[in-house]
Amino acid sequence: MSDEMTLDLLEAKIQELRELDKQDLLNLSSEIERLEKRLEEMRTELYANMSDWERVKLARHPQRPYALDYIDEMFTDFYELHGDRLCGDDRALLTGLARFDGRPIVVIAQQKGRSPQENKERYFGMARPQGYRKARRAMAFAERFAFPVISLIDTPGAYPGLESEERNIGGAIAENLLTMIGLRVPTIAVVIGEGGSGGALAIGVADRVLLLENATYSVISPEGAAAILWKDKKLTTEAAATLNLTAPHLLDLKVIDEVIPEPLGGAHKDRKQTASALKASLLRHLEEISGMPIEGLLDSRYQRYRSVGRYHTLNG
Amino acid sequence: MPIFKDKHYFRVNLEREPDENLWMTCKACGELVFKQRVRESDNICPHCGEYFFLTAKERIESLIDERSFVDISQPIVAEDPLSFVDSKPYPQRIEEAQEATGLAGAIIIGSAVISSIPVVLGVMDFRFIGGSMGSVMGEQICHGMEEAIGRRSPFVLVSSSGGARIQEGIFSLLQMAKTAAVRGRLAAERLPFISVMTYPTSGGVQASIASLGDVIIAERGAMIGFAGRRVIQNTIAEELPKDYQTDLFALEHGLIDRVVKREDLRAELGNVLGFFVEGR
Ligand SMILES: [Zn+2]
Repeated sequence: MSDEMTLDLLEAKIQELRELDKQDLLNLSSEIERLEKRLEEMRTELYANMSDWERVKLARHPQRPYALDYIDEMFTDFYELHGDRLCGDDRALLTGLARFDGRPIVVIAQQKGRSPQENKERYFGMARPQGYRKARRAMAFAERFAFPVISLIDTPGAYPGLESEERNIGGAIAENLLTMIGLRVPTIAVVIGEGGSGGALAIGVADRVLLLENATYSVISPEGAAAILWKDKKLTTEAAATLNLTAPHLLDLKVIDEVIPEPLGGAHKDRKQTASALKASLLRHLEEISGMPIEGLLDSRYQRYRSVGRYHTLNG
Repeated sequence: MPIFKDKHYFRVNLEREPDENLWMTCKACGELVFKQRVRESDNICPHCGEYFFLTAKERIESLIDERSFVDISQPIVAEDPLSFVDSKPYPQRIEEAQEATGLAGAIIIGSAVISSIPVVLGVMDFRFIGGSMGSVMGEQICHGMEEAIGRRSPFVLVSSSGGARIQEGIFSLLQMAKTAAVRGRLAAERLPFISVMTYPTSGGVQASIASLGDVIIAERGAMIGFAGRRVIQNTIAEELPKDYQTDLFALEHGLIDRVVKREDLRAELGNVLGFFVEGR
């Protein structure tokens, strides 16, 4: 039974042998080669047979690159803009200007924390109304100056709590949906980790919607679905499989445009490679949609959302 | 495969079947009350004023000018895009809801007249899988708004929903964006959208179309909000006040325009709609 921990142990073992090999005490190169081959095989097998629930865990992996890592790798001159101008500055949702391939863009991104301290500040990437209103401010800003908008989505969901309700989290999400559908600039949304429900969609209505290979996008978390529908929190594997929340499923369902491949083992195994694959895809999509007249772009965005859904029409 | 088998449920009419039980007991005050009287008073207990639950049909009847309702819903029924099975298969769940309610889906769209003003009216039925919004409800709401545009009428939506239809996965989530998109068209046409929130208006419905009304009216006793009490207590274990997500909580915090008693709702709608109709 190979799981990720076994792989990590084996990897550490190989590293150890390499050290010994360097000291020239023993000739270990053939043994190292053998183990490396085995490691590669195990890894390929593990990720080929990965369940949807395991992919959810990969999407939430603590070493997974977060929005600021991608901003750092893909864009230059990130210039953060703080505050919703109403009540606060949500650290779970960042907005700002940046240059992408030399061209100014507006970035809207959900950011998780690495440390307990940072997560306290960033609410584990769960934005509150002030975050969604800051995002809306950034959208209006982008429209005013004709900058494209790139959203990086990574959230378990909007922050559930008394404060959120008092400030009308539902209304804030709804307003964003309305704003994004009519935003007169090219827009791209990428789910880089977790695409949690309305909290993700509230920055995710766009001309192009992309997912990283191990990202997820769902109306509810597998834990939530297990608790509500199966009345058993432990049935997350079943719930994850049933929700069709992984990138390959969503591509099959034709609700997203492209899946960006990640290195074997997940984005955290090679941050630069993942970011450069994403950057190439973003450039290609941005070039395509930037070349369209804005009325045509708005019309196809409208049609995309107007037509979404699966239902059966009765005759007569 | 179509889930929906029997077409006769399809067009809703407001004629009532005779009821064998002439009396019912009010759960709030325990009094035995005459059903006919309850029916004639918008399902309010004549003794204690308790609001009894309203089906979509009863709600429509309580709001419109007599005999003015015509069902203009799209002839559509749910599909099962994810082959979803929880405690039972989704198609079975749909069929049971159809049997229990006599409705094709969780919302009825119709043309009607309220205080002599023609409107397009959408009314959700909570009995149908918690009034949850899946592809059918999303499409019906959009169809209703497009009908309103075609007829140059106001659009009135009465919500009663627990949120997204989880069994339709991502498709249910995306109905939030879909309904918001068509709502934008209604606004561009400068046609009024009156959103009426009743018990409950929550989750994905509250976080999309229901919160986008030009005027938002809550029925007294409504529950309004995004994340339910249980979700909050399970995730962040925060203490919540007694009035959490009540109608008055929503009013106090600026989520809605007004709170109105059930018996006044029809007149209230006539009143507000009048501002948008020439010559009133
Ligand atoms: Zn009573």
